[in-house]
Amino acid sequence: MSALEIGQVVAHKTYPLSRDSLVRYAGASGDFNPIHYRDDVAASVGLPGVLAHGMLTMGTAVQPVVEWLDGSGDDAGVIGWVSDYQVRFTRPVVVHPADGAELSVTATVAALDDEAGTARVDLTVTVDEKTVLGKAQVVVTLA
Amino acid sequence: MNPDLQGRVLPPAPAYLVGREKVREFARATGSTSALSLDPAAARAAGHADVVAPPTFPVVVQEATLAQLLAEPDAGIDFSRVVHGEQRFRYSRPVVAGDELTATLTVTSVKALGGNSMVTASSDMVDQTGAHVVTAVSTLVVRGDDA
Repeated sequence: MSALEIGQVVAHKTYPLSRDSLVRYAGASGDFNPIHYRDDVAASVGLPGVLAHGMLTMGTAVQPVVEWLDGSGDDAGVIGWVSDYQVRFTRPVVVHPADGAELSVTATVAALDDEAGTARVDLTVTVDEKTVLGKAQVVVTLA
Repeated sequence: MNPDLQGRVLPPAPAYLVGREKVREFARATGSTSALSLDPAAARAAGHADVVAPPTFPVVVQEATLAQLLAEPDAGIDFSRVVHGEQRFRYSRPVVAGDELTATLTVTSVKALGGNSMVTASSDMVDQTGAHVVTAVSTLVVRGDDA
């Protein structure tokens, strides 16, 4: 824990989201709302296009932190685990049928609690340089 | 929306058995490359009984409790007007394959906000021994007629 510093960027990664990603997530999660795969349905309810599931965005955005924690990046060993994770869905992610969308995630240490043995890591999650998740906070219980 | 919903506790949803292949399918669908979620041997080497579910996996278990809430006859929640506002998962320990989770939903808050209403529902999940594993909290915004 002493190795962590507030302001330290612990992970940064980009994830391409395609229509295939949405169909795959629909199957994995059981969320088959057609606004996540049908352009005609999305248009009929006034959306600018087919949207990524908010929970797909949330689930993907935490993965750079998970990779960092379990040491799969550099054999550093397990650093800790995600014991609390919250987000606000502030901007929908439109996924173009051909070009998809690209999710960019930066994870930064925001607070340390030595007594509890935890660190709070804040996520900056953007698409086309616009923030799509608000108050995206991960509490890590350190090993 | 019916303000009397606040404080209501729904009956527990049927138990959900967390399967290894479901965890791996969910992990791949959310861009995971974590050996702890994908490789049972790596998970066991790290001290887990089986593969570790990604942090947002409990949404799969929570879903049945939200369906219960929307189906409450006096709830007055029109599903076609529901937007997911916020989501949170608070863990006592990681979820691993083999866990049998029973989720119970409590309506923790109902608020009116402009022409919209907001409901916050907290689904507590316990394992076979009755020990708390994770609580999934959703805030749903129900758009009003003009929104």
